[in-house]
Formats: sequence, structure tokens, C-alpha cells
Amino acid sequence: MNRSDMLLRIENLAVEFPAGNRGRVRAVAGVSFDLARGEALGLVGESGCGKSSLARAIMQLPRPTSGTVAFDGEDLTALDAENLRSLRPRFQMIFQNPAASLNPLRTIGRTIEAPLRTLGRHDAAERTRLAREMMAAVGLDPLQFYERRPSQLSGGQCQRVSIARALMTEPRLLVCDEPVSSLDVSIQAQIINLLREVQQARGLSLLFISHDLAIVRHLCDRVAVMYLGKLCEVAPVGALFSAPHHPYSRALLAAIPRPDPKHRPAASDLLPGEPFSPMDSIEGCSFRARCPRATEECAVQQPELREMGAGHLVACHHPS
Amino acid sequence: MREPLPLLVVDKLSVHLPCGDRIVRAIDEVSFTLQRGQTLALVGESGSGKSMLCRAIMGLVPGRALLPAPGRIVFAGQDLGALKASERAGLCGRRIGMVLQDPLSALNPVMKIGRQIAEPMRHHLGMSRDQARERSFELLRAVGIAQAETRIDCYPHQLSGGMRQRVVIAIALACEPQLLIADEPTTALDVTVQADILDLLARLQQERNMAMILVSHNLGVVAGRAHETAVMYAGRIVEQAPTDELFARMRMRYTRALFDAIPRLDDPAQAMLTAIGGQSPDLAALPDGCSFAPRCARAEARCSDQAPTLVSDGHARHRYACWFPCAVGANT
Ligand SMILES: Nc1ncnc2c1ncn2[C@@H]1O[C@H](COP(=O)(O)OP(=O)(O)O)[C@@H](O)[C@H]1O
Ligand SMILES: Nc1ncnc2c1ncn2[C@@H]1O[C@H](COP(=O)(O)OP(=O)(O)O)[C@@H](O)[C@H]1O
Ligand code: SF4
Ligand SMILES: [Mg+2]
Ligand SMILES: [Mg+2]
Repeated sequence: MNRSDMLLRIENLAVEFPAGNRGRVRAVAGVSFDLARGEALGLVGESGCGKSSLARAIMQLPRPTSGTVAFDGEDLTALDAENLRSLRPRFQMIFQNPAASLNPLRTIGRTIEAPLRTLGRHDAAERTRLAREMMAAVGLDPLQFYERRPSQLSGGQCQRVSIARALMTEPRLLVCDEPVSSLDVSIQAQIINLLREVQQARGLSLLFISHDLAIVRHLCDRVAVMYLGKLCEVAPVGALFSAPHHPYSRALLAAIPRPDPKHRPAASDLLPGEPFSPMDSIEGCSFRARCPRATEECAVQQPELREMGAGHLVACHHPS
Repeated sequence: MREPLPLLVVDKLSVHLPCGDRIVRAIDEVSFTLQRGQTLALVGESGSGKSMLCRAIMGLVPGRALLPAPGRIVFAGQDLGALKASERAGLCGRRIGMVLQDPLSALNPVMKIGRQIAEPMRHHLGMSRDQARERSFELLRAVGIAQAETRIDCYPHQLSGGMRQRVVIAIALACEPQLLIADEPTTALDVTVQADILDLLARLQQERNMAMILVSHNLGVVAGRAHETAVMYAGRIVEQAPTDELFARMRMRYTRALFDAIPRLDDPAQAMLTAIGGQSPDLAALPDGCSFAPRCARAEARCSDQAPTLVSDGHARHRYACWFPCAVGANT
């Protein structure tokens, strides 16, 4: 793909937190990927693997420990606070806990207008009109909801508000951190459909974080699988689901419960050994303690992402 | 052939919670029976009353809750409502084990796990310290914890989430319960650990001929893992059948809609999901008719006027509450 088609280029991104006496948590340990304009990329992996840290590092909330985040050609990590602020309207984030990410004292309407108010865009009447229009676009009747407060809304409705607010500044990139994980299946489907609709209508780039591979398959063009701070496989959705190469991706796929009594997920073939923690300094492959295919080589040599098919990257010495 | 006497009978059970001047009908006339050695799955979205039903069986409803007549819970022939609180607590503590969603909050963070497993055995079974510790090893091994000898002296935070849930299961099994209630036992766990924990529960249930109530909001979790499945909506059971039968012949419109909303690996990639519009009703202001009517695509006037009651499908043990049920075998 042409360089200029890329909206986001992440290179060698690392996020570390201090921990205990001189220890550190390597939440993100060298991650690189691109995101094209209008593309939806899913990021999956178990809890604690660094998905949220990666998302926040892209948003520069807080800034990453090292690495670059090029947004539309501009390295965000090198920008000063003021320049960063002026770019912010173009990349927005939606969080997992919809109620906690809204100001409980503000009406829904004011919450949705707020980004425009902060930017000093338009006059009050126009802001209200735009907010009402956006509410309708995300399926919230403005007559019913404009004056309500978050406590008077369900989880799904709060998530619609978050989406509306994020879209007000006409961003090019939407980073969604488990936006449906706390919602019921029936409501989850509404929000996934809404995200797809706005993504396609507006040509948005989407980084969609989830621990549920089945959802990612519905929404995304490509998937990145993360394990302990690193990407272990990146592939187009079709390829990942039909021919996963990394043993961890395979385990994730095999474990998805299906609403079909004839298909019962097998107990995973992962080893019961004590997995590494992000505080360990790890030699070799970070997955090897749980990997059914691990060999000597895996203990000494860290596998790098390499291409195994069109756009299909795998970091494993013994891919299947 | 006559069925043996059920281990658990829940009969027209309601749990109403006064909230200011409103009454939240958390459970509304729920009835079912459960045999030894059988697993009943309770499925429904959040707020549908699954946990409240479990708590009612354990006698752990909030103090202000009302359990209107003629609701009854009969366990091993004993009407629990007729027992004194202390008798009931003793009975439930010994004969009913409970596994909750979040293992971390179920465990005491400052007590070694060995002691947490031993405690109920000392309390309910009067075991000595040594006896209880010996049994704790056995239990840890039974729930698949390797190196039980070293783990027994760990604190909860030193274990992974899956490992903690195994400890909670060991505690639940300590007094050899006849009924195990697992309320969303894998919801807080990673998907790669989920199948292991569910398999473990199934194995223990078989080996010990326990009855089990397996609660989940995920139809995928209960498929193939429960003898029967009851679907709950707004505090009521709206459909119940042997699990295979339920998946093969869903009748009630909500069951079907819930099933259709699940993102599936065999759908075409990037297909639109079949969402259910609206949201579940306010339990303090339930509609007169079918509580699913406001969201149901098939609803007619009758649905909002008159509540459908559970009727038999004609097939053994399949019941549903719907005026306009899905056609049998219609997979659309
Ligand atoms: N502010 C923080 N301080 C210290 N450690 C953190 C902080 N945020 C996250 N971590 C740690 O970093 C790792 C990755 O966390 P996170 O990015 O939240 O993972 P995920 O979103 O995939 O669950 C975890 O081990 C977590 O405990
Ligand atoms: N302590 C309580 N006081 C008042 N209402 C409660 C209490 N606990 C639960 N409820 C209400 O009872 C209903 C059923 O809740 P619950 O059994 O927890 O649902 P589920 O487990 O299916 O998600 C919900 O509407 C909930 O708000
Ligand atoms: S009774 Fe009516 S409203 Fe309720 S599920 Fe059936 S068709 Fe829908
Ligand atoms: Mg996270
Ligand atoms: Mg619950």
C-alpha cells in the first residue's frame, strides 16, 4: 500500500511503568503496525497484555516511553503540547466503561457539544443543532435525551453518547478500547452495527480493541493479536480465522464458545505452566511458557514478526 | 416411569425489593425442579434476575426483600422457608456450594488459601486443623492445581485469575455439597481459561453426582454443558428445555433474538449483526403483557395486553411463554 494511504504508523512503541523497587512493568514492549485510511483494525489479546496501554500511548495519554506514532505524517511523540492539542480533534477515543467516561452532572446534550465548545467552533445555536443531529445519527432521540443525565441512561445509551461526542470533531481515527465488553449481547450488537455504519459512512480509521475475536471478525478488516506487550500475529480477518499461524492465535480461536451444542470448545492445549509477567525480563519468546510447540530455540531467540503470506505477519519460530 | 424426587424444587418463587415507593420485581413466579447429577443453565441478560434467584436459593436475599406466598424452595425434601435462619444457614453452608463471577472478591486477600479452604470444613464439619489441611490438599488436586503443597500457602494475589477460580471451586466443594451454584463462573476470566474451568465444573459434577446451576449471560457458554437450559427475561423464566432441544427448536421470541444477536464465526465476515432494539424493561414498572413485547418484532396487541404463561411445547419438558412462538425448525 502507498505510504500516503496510511493514516497511522506506529513504530517500535514501548510503554513502561515503574513498579516496586527499581522494577518496571513493560506493558507494551516494541509494537509496530500501520493503519490505512478507512481501515478497521482489531486488536485482541487476554486481559493485561497491554491493549489499553497501547491505545493510550497512541493517544499520547500519557506519552509512550519510546517509539513513534506518526499520525497523518506527523510524529505525535515529537509534538509539543500546543501542537498536540490542535491535532487532537482528529483522533478520538472511546472507553470500555461508558458511564464512568461521562460527566455525571452534565446533560447529554452539553456533553456531546463540549468538544466543539472547547475548540471555540461555531456559536451556541449551531453547536446545539450539530449535537442534536449527531444524537439522531447514533440512534438517540434528541427530544427524549438532550436534557437527560448519564444516570438516567442505560449502558448502551451511554456508549452511544460517547460515540456521538467522539464524532463531533470529525476525527479521522477512532480508537475504541473494549467499547462493548460491559454490554449485553443484544445491546452489543446495536453498538457494533452503529460503529460499522459510522466508520463506513465517514471513512474513519478504526482501532478496535476487544477480547472477543468473534466481534472483531464482524467489524474489522485486519486483526492484530497481542501477547504480553508484543504483537504475535497480524493478518487480514479472513486469513487469521481460516489459517491462524501463531499457536496463541490458534488457542484463542479454539476457545471461543459457540452457541451450538454440537460444538464444544476443547480444553485449550496451552501448557499449564506459570506464564511470564510483564515485569519479567524475558529471553526468547514471551509465549513459550504456555506454548505447546516451544523448543530450545524459543528459549534463546526472540521471534520477530515476519511475513508468511500477503499481509500476514507472524512472530513464531514454529508457526503452523 | 416416575421421576425420582428432585433435589431442588423452586415453586412460584418471587423476590420483590421495595425501593422507595416502588417495588422492583427481581424474580416473578419462577418454578423449576432439579435432579441430582443434573445441570440446569440459567441464561439471560444482566438484570434479568439470575443472581437474585441464586441468592434466594442460598437464603441470601437483601434484608428488605419480600418473598410473597405461595413461593417455596424445597431442598432435599426440606421446605427452606420453614427453617429458622440459623438452621437454614447451616444447611445451605454444608449442602450448597457457591462459585461467583469474580474470584478475587470471593477470596480474602490477607488469608492464605489453605486456611480459606479449611475454614468451612472446620466450621461446618467440625474437622480438626490437620484433617482439614489434609482434605485441602486433596481438594486443590481435585480442582487441577499442580504443586498443591506450595500453593496452599499462597495468598490470592499470587495466583492467576484462572487459578483463583479453581481455589474458589475447591472452597465450594469443601463440604461435599449436593448442589453447586456457579454464577457466571468464567465471565471475569480469559477465554483460553474458560473452557478449562467449565470442563472442571462438569467433571466434578459428574464424579460427585452433584446437581449444578450454571449461570451465564452467554448462550455459547451453556451449549453442550447443561442438561437443561432456562432462559430468563425480566425476572421470569420465558423458555426452558433440555439444552439440545432448546437450541434445535427455539420457540420464544426473546430466546431466538438473543441467539441471533451473538456474533458467530460461521457468519460471513463483516455481516451486520441482528440486534434487538430497545432495552430490557424497568422491573419496577413491568408492562402488563409480555415483558418482551416492547422489543419484540412479532408483537401484536395481545402481547401487550396479556402476559403469556409458560406452556408445554408438546415435547418432553420444553416450556415457553409466547403468544406467537417461532415456527418449529424455522432457522430464520
Ligand atoms: N498505570 C499503570 N501503572 C502500573 N502498571 C500498569 C498501569 N497500567 C497498566 N499497567 C500494567 O500494564 C500491563 C498492561 O495493562 P493494560 O494495558 O491495561 O492491558 P489490557 O488493556 O490488555 O488488559 C498490566 O500488567 C497492567 O497491570
Ligand atoms: N440489593 C438490591 N437492591 C435492589 N435491587 C436489586 C438488588 N440486587 C439486585 N437488584 C435488582 O434486581 C434485578 C435482578 O438483578 P440480578 O439478579 O443481579 O440480575 P443478573 O444476575 O441476571 O444480572 C435487577 O434489576 C437489579 O437491579
Ligand atoms: S408473546 Fe408476543 S411479544 Fe412476547 S415474545 Fe411472543 S410474540 Fe413477542
Ligand atoms: Mg484494557
Ligand atoms: Mg448476576
